[in-house]
Amino acid sequence: MSAQDLTSAAATQSAEDMSRSFAFTTKLDAIVAWGRRNSLWPLPYGTACCGIELMSVMGPKYDLARFGAEVVRFSPRQADLLLVAGTITEKMAPILVRIYEQMLEPKFVISMGACASSGGFYRAYHVLQGCDKVIPVDVYVPGCPPTPEAVLDGVMALQKMITDQTPRPWKENWKNPYEQQQIR
Amino acid sequence: MSNSKLDNLKQDLVGKFQTDRYKFYATAVGDLVIEAPSADIPALLRYLKEYRSFDFLMDVCGVDYPARMAKGEKRFDVVYHLFSSKDFSRLRIKSQLSEGEAVGTAVNIWRGADWFEREAFDMLGLRFEGHPNLRKILTHHQFVGHPLRKDYEADAQQHCTETLPVHFDNTPEQSGQVLDDRYVPLNIGPSHPAMHGTLRVMAELDGETIVRANCEIGYLHRCFEKMAETHPYNQVIPYTDRLNYCSAPMNNVGYCKAVERLLGVEIPPRAQAMRVILCELSRIIDHVIAVGTGGVDLGALTAFFHLFTFREKVYTLFEKLCGARLTVSMTRIGGMAQDAPEGWFDDVLRFCDEMSDGIAEIQKLLLDNKIFIKRTKDVCPISAKDAIDWGYTGPLLRATGVNLDLRKAQPYYGYESLDFDVPVGTTGDIYDRYLVRIEEMRQSIRIIRQVCKNVPGGDYTIRDKGIVLPEKKDVYGNIEGLMNHFMLVIKGLRPPVGEVYDATEAANGELGFYLVSDGSANPYRLKVRPPCFAIYQSFPTVVKGAMLADAIATVASMNVIAGELDR
Repeated sequence: MSAQDLTSAAATQSAEDMSRSFAFTTKLDAIVAWGRRNSLWPLPYGTACCGIELMSVMGPKYDLARFGAEVVRFSPRQADLLLVAGTITEKMAPILVRIYEQMLEPKFVISMGACASSGGFYRAYHVLQGCDKVIPVDVYVPGCPPTPEAVLDGVMALQKMITDQTPRPWKENWKNPYEQQQIR
Repeated sequence: MSNSKLDNLKQDLVGKFQTDRYKFYATAVGDLVIEAPSADIPALLRYLKEYRSFDFLMDVCGVDYPARMAKGEKRFDVVYHLFSSKDFSRLRIKSQLSEGEAVGTAVNIWRGADWFEREAFDMLGLRFEGHPNLRKILTHHQFVGHPLRKDYEADAQQHCTETLPVHFDNTPEQSGQVLDDRYVPLNIGPSHPAMHGTLRVMAELDGETIVRANCEIGYLHRCFEKMAETHPYNQVIPYTDRLNYCSAPMNNVGYCKAVERLLGVEIPPRAQAMRVILCELSRIIDHVIAVGTGGVDLGALTAFFHLFTFREKVYTLFEKLCGARLTVSMTRIGGMAQDAPEGWFDDVLRFCDEMSDGIAEIQKLLLDNKIFIKRTKDVCPISAKDAIDWGYTGPLLRATGVNLDLRKAQPYYGYESLDFDVPVGTTGDIYDRYLVRIEEMRQSIRIIRQVCKNVPGGDYTIRDKGIVLPEKKDVYGNIEGLMNHFMLVIKGLRPPVGEVYDATEAANGELGFYLVSDGSANPYRLKVRPPCFAIYQSFPTVVKGAMLADAIATVASMNVIAGELDR
């Protein structure tokens, strides 16, 4: 084998290596979903006891950062995951809707705990019977309050929905309940 | 002793007031009560404050008795709870009001009456003559009716469609609805990281100086008191967990202690010891949150994450004890739900050692930190006199230098035999509040160590079949146990007719429960006296003239927990 052949063989091989380490083929929506799934920026809407438990989820032991969701943003314009953690009262409901509207697409909602999901054991005159009465909810996490493991499971369920691109009719058909001037 | 005090008081009042129209009595559990006509109330309160050393107004509330109307009597009771820091005695003043009748406001006597009277107006429609801002406080502004009236259905929801614009309290010079266009109006919250979820602060700013401030609450009004009226006594316990959810077991203990006092039962020494340990662990984790989030609001995130490891350790202890982490509901009326598992007390002792080191670290991270000191020292201080006027209790009152701790003043559960100190501050500024909290954590560890080393043996609950459910082995094992279980579930726990006010020293201050029983299985009225409600109402006054950033530090130092603030 001549010296020239050797050089050209090495060049071919290095070009192949480069293709292996620098490029791969995929579908565009798959890679977008991958990116979205692993960089959820949560807005922790912690109103009550669940908010304290949400601190545990963010905290050192459970560490939501492992799921790519540690960048907590209190500005709705910088967040794409609304974590409703705690009782939503009638007085709070219009504010929650406003916060949700201010979030940029694509946006997701996790309802953490019994109160946010259904009003919980507060079947009472001033408590909204579930935040899904006013905003579309993607994942419900049961518990009063849910354990941090359950919340992590909820986040993982949402990640799976994003990967699978599950259709979300509740989100597509949602209308602001206050703009129509007829509540719920 | 109590009656001699009441006689003494009566003799003092004779001649000054028309005491022939008054009623003086001590209830079955020993609470002193004066019933007086509504016209005399402001003068009576002022006299008691100025000449009889009742310097604290702990609570103002109303009770609805619609059944009285049929007898031609007045429908409502307005109830004042007074406390004297001189001899630690308490006094209840009651007066009857009919629909639309007004009673003179107590705002001019204690500034702390402000929000309590607004709450009584909101909940029951009681009117207080001369109150400058008698507006709704907990329910939303579109809410019609008064939910704590007996004829209001507990689940009759009314929807809210909009939020109120920025507004302020009325003053004699200025209406609260009119904004001054020389200043910048600013709204903070309720969804804002420094507002801890549900607080809303409105301010008018001149540059960065606060000219006027106002806080709107009620964004977490979950109708605790109405829920208590519609649930049996033992089912109220989980609701109490969710008052101050940073230290849930303390609320369980406070509520159960009140009911037990009305029942006239004393819980066994082992249950008392377990409650003390639970309470002190809760005090530690509550202060952990208070100090940690206080740091976060000033920009120090590290301390919070570091502190949370200790909270997780306490959660692990709670989980081992009963399976729940945050809302434990471990107490039952008459004792505890179950005994501690084997080795639990040793685990608690081990935690105490870790926590002692942890406190030293917190001290280094925050309290010795130059930035933290500059942000908190001499910021928005409050004097002892003002603090008492507003109804401050707990660490914030002690930060002003007042040595008042119910664990020493009215000891319960064997606190009198424990060796611990009550830390007090000197200036009442924000730095002192954190100093007091840190030192209280050290004292709590001291208490836990003493109790854990000598946990009494014996039963963890009383065994009165009319109060406590029998153990499961008896329910499934013999007919008597099954019958007792059935009877208690069907008939319910029924305390005697009467009323009681009982208070414990919770992490934020005096947590009081005023319980009225009509002999049925549900409480007739359960009023909570939440410590941070009294404290937070002073916020607009305290931050007036301060910088905006100092207002954030003040909210954090008050450790306002929306669950007990709004109930």
